[in-house]
Amino acid sequence: MSAASVAGEVMEELDAAVRPADDFGEQLLEVSMGPQHPSTHGVFRMNVALDGERVMKLKPVFGYLHRNHEKIAEQETYLGSMPYTDRLDYFCSITNNWAYALAVEKLAGITVPERAEYLRVITGELTRLQNHACLIGFLLQDMGASGTPLMYAFREREKILDLFEALTGARMMCNYMRFGGCRVDLPAGWLEQARGVVAGFPKFLDEFEQLLQSNEILMERTQGVGVLSKELAINAAVSGPMARASGVNYDLRKVDRYGIYDRFAFRVPLGAHGDVYDRYMIRVLEMRESVKILEQAMKEIPGGPIVDPKTKIRGFRPKPGEAYGRIEAPKGELGFYLVSDGSANPYRYRVRPPSLINLTVLEDMCLGRNVADVVIILGSVDIVLGEVDR
Amino acid sequence: MGQFRDGAANEIGVQCDVQRNLRLDEGLKSELSRQGIFATTLQDLYNWGRKSSIWPLNFGLACCAIEMIATTMARYDLARFGAEVFRPSPRQADLMIVAGTVTKKMAPQVVRLYNQMPEPKYVISMGACAISGGPFKQGYNVLKGIDRYIPVDVYIPGCPPRPEALIDAFLMLQRKIDAQQLTGAGRPRHLDANEASEFAVPEFGAHDLEPPQNPAVWRPPLVQIETAKEAGGDGA
Amino acid sequence: MELEVAKAAIEAAVPGCRLEMVVNPSPSAQHSLLMDAEHAVAVATWLRDAEGMRFDYCSNVTGIDWPAKELTEKVKVKKLVDGPNGPEEKEVDEVRKTLVPGFLEVVYHLFSVERRDGPVVLRMRTVDREARVHLPSLTGVWRSADFQEREIFDLYGVVFDGHPDLRRLLMWDEFKDHPMRRDYVEPDDYEYEPTAHDEVLERARQHVIAAGGRTA
Repeated sequence: MSAASVAGEVMEELDAAVRPADDFGEQLLEVSMGPQHPSTHGVFRMNVALDGERVMKLKPVFGYLHRNHEKIAEQETYLGSMPYTDRLDYFCSITNNWAYALAVEKLAGITVPERAEYLRVITGELTRLQNHACLIGFLLQDMGASGTPLMYAFREREKILDLFEALTGARMMCNYMRFGGCRVDLPAGWLEQARGVVAGFPKFLDEFEQLLQSNEILMERTQGVGVLSKELAINAAVSGPMARASGVNYDLRKVDRYGIYDRFAFRVPLGAHGDVYDRYMIRVLEMRESVKILEQAMKEIPGGPIVDPKTKIRGFRPKPGEAYGRIEAPKGELGFYLVSDGSANPYRYRVRPPSLINLTVLEDMCLGRNVADVVIILGSVDIVLGEVDR
Repeated sequence: MGQFRDGAANEIGVQCDVQRNLRLDEGLKSELSRQGIFATTLQDLYNWGRKSSIWPLNFGLACCAIEMIATTMARYDLARFGAEVFRPSPRQADLMIVAGTVTKKMAPQVVRLYNQMPEPKYVISMGACAISGGPFKQGYNVLKGIDRYIPVDVYIPGCPPRPEALIDAFLMLQRKIDAQQLTGAGRPRHLDANEASEFAVPEFGAHDLEPPQNPAVWRPPLVQIETAKEAGGDGA
Repeated sequence: MELEVAKAAIEAAVPGCRLEMVVNPSPSAQHSLLMDAEHAVAVATWLRDAEGMRFDYCSNVTGIDWPAKELTEKVKVKKLVDGPNGPEEKEVDEVRKTLVPGFLEVVYHLFSVERRDGPVVLRMRTVDREARVHLPSLTGVWRSADFQEREIFDLYGVVFDGHPDLRRLLMWDEFKDHPMRRDYVEPDDYEYEPTAHDEVLERARQHVIAAGGRTA
């Protein structure tokens, strides 16, 4: 035996001791992102299995804000559930109210007077404006812009919240809709103030565009990231701006034509790639379309009653039956499914949450991408946990 | 110590402890400060430093979180009161603003985060849900108030409370910190080795959290009303 | 899409399926089709893919609990009763109690993005509420049913056969009950407000006694 072969054997033994028998490269790192995390838009948790930085598996965990809205609604009267709908998607309380009022009006066959319809459109589109602005602010914060676009967005949001407070008495939980119309009519001077806010909005959007649109970091981080195909979007019932960014031409304001939306001229922006950049751009373009709708509505709003005089408020007992009513909420298709057994409380009260359904495809969009992309993709889905967990 | 006598040798029974004795006359203080001399007690300086830089934890649960974010934004700027940065890690935060409904599924996480915060730490219970379950009190998954498991310093009622209310609560907390005595029986928790600063984390049971509340931290308040009713009083 | 037309088309295309029209008496007129569990996947797939149907968008999946009901009805029955002239036949009111067995129901709302049509409402019912609660999962047909069926499993207890990942969605995994059922009893963990009265006061008394205190 030569010295070299002995040395070779010793080296082999040492090598075997240092390198374990199983392949180190196949171990996946399991990370729990959330429920407390600066970027998860609420108490949302994702169990992510990583190979280095790449996502191999992603399983969302829900329920951290499950507040039993549906069970409580079975014990409340129909009208008693209206303030609870405020707290579903807590950014957009007015559109939540509208969806619920629409479902009950379908269930009981209640009509809405014209002025109330205009008020619904005006407040609904103002809600859409502030929701999309805040979403862009949060998305940019997730990308690392550390709050500055968010500050700009909240500046505009405060102006709109001032309008809501003057009209309904509350900044966020407006509780504005009633079955057959709205709760309260416009105070004096409200329309002028609203016109001022809406007139200033395009300037804010131009400012945003100037600062963000050609920003290299934004483009690098969002283009081609989190692609959602059109077929999967339809099959997974993805709705709202997220579906339209994948090219699905389905906007409930044009399809169902609920309320008086067929009187307004507005376009539906569609995306070609279905990536995060498209979802961001769709929301910017939708804000411009909302401004157009608002200008038209505020010009045409007629006088008249704001609630159907024949609706029964006390002792409201719809006949037995069921109804599914849905609207184009800022996050997607928000639907309410109500089953009535003839009593004052609903037998079954179901919220169809757009945020939860849109999250069905989160894993598909994130597979193979980096952890940093997961945060941005989640931000572009636009979720609110109050709606996901109800 | 501390009995003063007036000219006729009568006792003006003033009981004061060491710190109060050291309080300087305000007129003397302002006179000195005009001369460029700043006089204070160590306790005042220590408390001033603590209260002026309370860093909250980036922790919002539900709708109240949005009002909390609005409070940090340009119109209701909370940073000018010292809450300059919202820290994402509990290890670097002083204050946990529990903003929103605490569900039973989230409760162990909240208590764990509280345990991870280093002393001195404070809790503000923002909104009706964090105080007592709020409008969702009937819920099977709703914890009826975060004070069942961790001690709370300031409660803010409202659904959601306005940003001004959160600022008011913040100032109330600052006043509370300012009034803390550093020695003696009433000293704050972080200066007392016998006081617990971590609390038991509840577990997920088959039907409810186990335990449903922490008896060291919370007791249901009712007995006084019982006796009034029993004694045939006019009731609550 | 008229539901009669859809029903006839499905029955022609999927042989052996048993469909029943459930009329909706409310002004919304959204009638639904009750389908049987064996052919559910075939019906769903045909509705999604067939020309002229193309219901590719399953918007909403809901669970409903229908507990067992006791129906009492008065029935006129001819009976032999003792009369003044011996036994004779007479019409007598008899109270009949029938137990309608309970079941769990799953409702699907379908729309067509391509044809801008809908809703078509499908229903499936379990056999009972205890052990025979299995239904086929339609997640393979419409991906949107994924989380919603998990939620129905969590809150109602319906077991979906063929679901890729059937576990609880909203409650924690160690939780044992199905909270949205009508007979769920929630844990008694209320904090008692200063103005407690009626049943809340009664439960508060029990809490104080159980904790070893005395109620005056």
